[in-house]
Amino acid sequence: MSDVIVIGAGVVGAACAYYAARAGLDVTVVDRGPVASGTTGSGEGNVLVSDKEPGPELDLALLSNRLWRELAEHGGFEFEAKGGLVVAETAGVLRQLTELAAKQGVEHTAVPGEALGGYEPHLAPGLAGGVHYPQDAQVQPMLAAARLIKLGADSYGHGTLHLRTGVTVTGFLRSGERVNGVRTSHGDILGGAVVNAAGTWGGEVAALAGVHLPVLPRRGFILVTEPLREPLIRHKVYTAAYVTNVASDAEGLETSAVVEGTPAGPVLIGASRERVGFDRTTSVPVLSRLAAQAVELFPALREVRAIRAYCGFRPYCPDHLPVIGEDPRAPGLYHACGHEGAGIGLAPATGYLLAQLLAGQRPGLDLHPFRPDRFTREENG
Amino acid sequence: MIHDLAVIGGGPAGVAGALTAALAGLRVVLLDGGPRLGGQYFRHAHGAEPEPRFARQSHALRQRAEVLLKHQVWAVSREDDAFTVHAHGTARAEVRARRVLIATGAHDRPLPFPGWDLPGVLTAGGAQALLKGERVPAGRRIAVAGTGPFLLPVAAGLARAGAEVAGVFEASGGLGLARHPVMALGKAGEAAGYAWALAARRVPYRRNHAVIAAHGEHELRAVTVARLDRDWNVLGTEELECDALAVGYGFVPQIELAVQLGCLTRQDADGTPVVDVDARQRTSVPGVWAAGEPTGVGGWELSETEGRIAGLALAGAGEVPGLLLRRRARLRAFAAALQGAYPVRPGWQSWLTPDTLICRCEEVPLARVREAQELGATDARSIKLLARPGMGWCQGRMCGYALACLAGEPQQPPRRPIAQPISLGALAEPPQKEH
Amino acid sequence: MERFDISVDGRAVPAEPGQTIGAALHAAGVRSWRSTRFGGRPRGLFCGIGVCFDCLVEVNGRPAERACQLEARPGDEVSTS
Repeated sequence: MSDVIVIGAGVVGAACAYYAARAGLDVTVVDRGPVASGTTGSGEGNVLVSDKEPGPELDLALLSNRLWRELAEHGGFEFEAKGGLVVAETAGVLRQLTELAAKQGVEHTAVPGEALGGYEPHLAPGLAGGVHYPQDAQVQPMLAAARLIKLGADSYGHGTLHLRTGVTVTGFLRSGERVNGVRTSHGDILGGAVVNAAGTWGGEVAALAGVHLPVLPRRGFILVTEPLREPLIRHKVYTAAYVTNVASDAEGLETSAVVEGTPAGPVLIGASRERVGFDRTTSVPVLSRLAAQAVELFPALREVRAIRAYCGFRPYCPDHLPVIGEDPRAPGLYHACGHEGAGIGLAPATGYLLAQLLAGQRPGLDLHPFRPDRFTREENG
Repeated sequence: MIHDLAVIGGGPAGVAGALTAALAGLRVVLLDGGPRLGGQYFRHAHGAEPEPRFARQSHALRQRAEVLLKHQVWAVSREDDAFTVHAHGTARAEVRARRVLIATGAHDRPLPFPGWDLPGVLTAGGAQALLKGERVPAGRRIAVAGTGPFLLPVAAGLARAGAEVAGVFEASGGLGLARHPVMALGKAGEAAGYAWALAARRVPYRRNHAVIAAHGEHELRAVTVARLDRDWNVLGTEELECDALAVGYGFVPQIELAVQLGCLTRQDADGTPVVDVDARQRTSVPGVWAAGEPTGVGGWELSETEGRIAGLALAGAGEVPGLLLRRRARLRAFAAALQGAYPVRPGWQSWLTPDTLICRCEEVPLARVREAQELGATDARSIKLLARPGMGWCQGRMCGYALACLAGEPQQPPRRPIAQPISLGALAEPPQKEH
Repeated sequence: MERFDISVDGRAVPAEPGQTIGAALHAAGVRSWRSTRFGGRPRGLFCGIGVCFDCLVEVNGRPAERACQLEARPGDEVSTS
């Protein structure tokens, strides 16, 4: 019997398991697939503070940013503290950007249009300016998730943290009202508490416990270019429209340019958002729009070839905030899901705070905004 | 303009399918990435005539259908009532058609071994393409290795072209030259021709032998030839000097466009994912048809037969003649027998060392694959996510089979939303020409 | 059309009409023309039919062309690395 059973071996589950093990708890992680095979495996690896409105998500992001840097010191996965550059096409948008930056209270530098070239020599001319966020970073999310689980297992005693892949949770075990284990394709597993870190599938897992969580898939495509010999792009560069798109509730297609280089050589190009269920069918118009926006931002990309594309499904909640905490409707069941497109960035803080809860400590941040039963009846559908 | 049919691939299946449909009155467009029709089987050099039968079909096709060469198809999408074939030639081009016939052929299936990325090591199909399409032998002294009946024509062709073939190393042990399966298909003459070409030049043909390592600093200088047991574990080795190696362990059907469209796949006799088709070559997606190697590797004759059946069915020509159906059945049975006679045995994994590259593009050695597995990557896809094999230029075409074997699973249908590289500029702009 | 020359790092290499850059290089004994980005390993033709992308080469200033697919033209300038 484990103290904690974590459902989901994505980056959020990995972080929950790591910090719970560090807090001295015995942890079993189960996943129906291999490690990092859900949305983590389709992520760009954003560790961003720049795109968050002031409030609980930004607080979470700032804590996470600090924790990622600590975790990266253990090595074993790429972590690039490259900084983010948000650019504005017009003076009006630039003003909004700088106002947001001032409100955020995050380390930043306002960059006038003529100085953008010093940050990104290949940016298109004529942009009004931007804001540079030195804390923005990128992590290789799949390897990071796998390494975190291994690090937890190695550092806090063998047998403390178990990973069981290919194990599908089919139901919950209870003692009275309290959840005390999971029923799986490979038999029952008992545990003191269960953490739902099933990402986009977190709603389905919650439903097995008879509670409703409105987590919906929000599809995104990423274009991957040929590997470049010399880095063309230094920062994570995106347009102001990205911030508005992230916060929007539209079902239809929204795209904005998000462009960045990677240590392996390719440039990653996003971002699209649309709510079309779990449909993996390639959308040529979406890929074309992503390419057009990237070329507009970086004309030097015109001759660079796209060699791959893939899509993933962000776990979207109606208020764009993740669900973190114990579910009063099913005591013993904790949720750590619904991080939409920010799961990679927010994973360490999520795991850290949840581990505090599990260990009976007072969490370092107020988790009230993330409580599982916050959704209105209407949102619960 | 909307065509009745877009055919993707100008090999024997595509040309036969397109011609049959065009003869029945359909408005047909055929696209192929190469500069000439022919595909792999009927590849021919610039200015040369292909094999006469295929030449006649190609000539007739050009009279009756639009043929777009040097058009690489990178995606096919489905709208309400038609399909759009997205191609890239000198510019981005789109073709609209009510139905699509996927006849995209196959490519070599290599197995990794130490040194397999040295220049001078080519796939068997690569050596054949270089010889047939370009009139260039792969080297002066060439070893031919791998498994399957394709090694024979490759070796014979090289020998006839004047190259010294240092040996043909067939990893399987079941059948000798005299009982070679091409004999069974009433092709004793063809097989005898290969055998004669090799015997006349005293080319050794060794069963239960494989090339398990390639040596050289900047280019191939020598290979290690091993004698194998029936599971392909090494019994003994010797070194053989050569400046080229043509090596292949069967073929991988190119089915990514069918997968893009959502066509159901199945596992062929050897576990390879192929497009599932019905008796009329229809896939599970209405309006999408497939013929030739994408439905199962079986050679040019089966491909042509499937193409003709698809063409007739596409044209709504009533019953497909029993003659064609019986021929297809016979050729398919033969293909299945061949796959059974030349299986890839697991012992090849013992040829690898920890630093042997599995993925050539991303330079991922075996050790990193094993490390990813230890971290919880239990299938090929998650190994790719953790260690990057298959993330490079070729999108796993070269390492996909080997990686699946190392992961202990059958090869999965390839998900490649962009089937061919396309510049961001071209992808960004609306197509400049529409056919 | 007659045989013609292409330039490979400034050196003349003969090519036949319709022949690919890769075939012309190979025929001239030039069998490796790029080095990989991590290990600096030499690479040339492998699959020969445009699927492996090992034979990438810079032609007339355009990087990463498939040598096995691109037809040689008189005056082509090929740069190996």
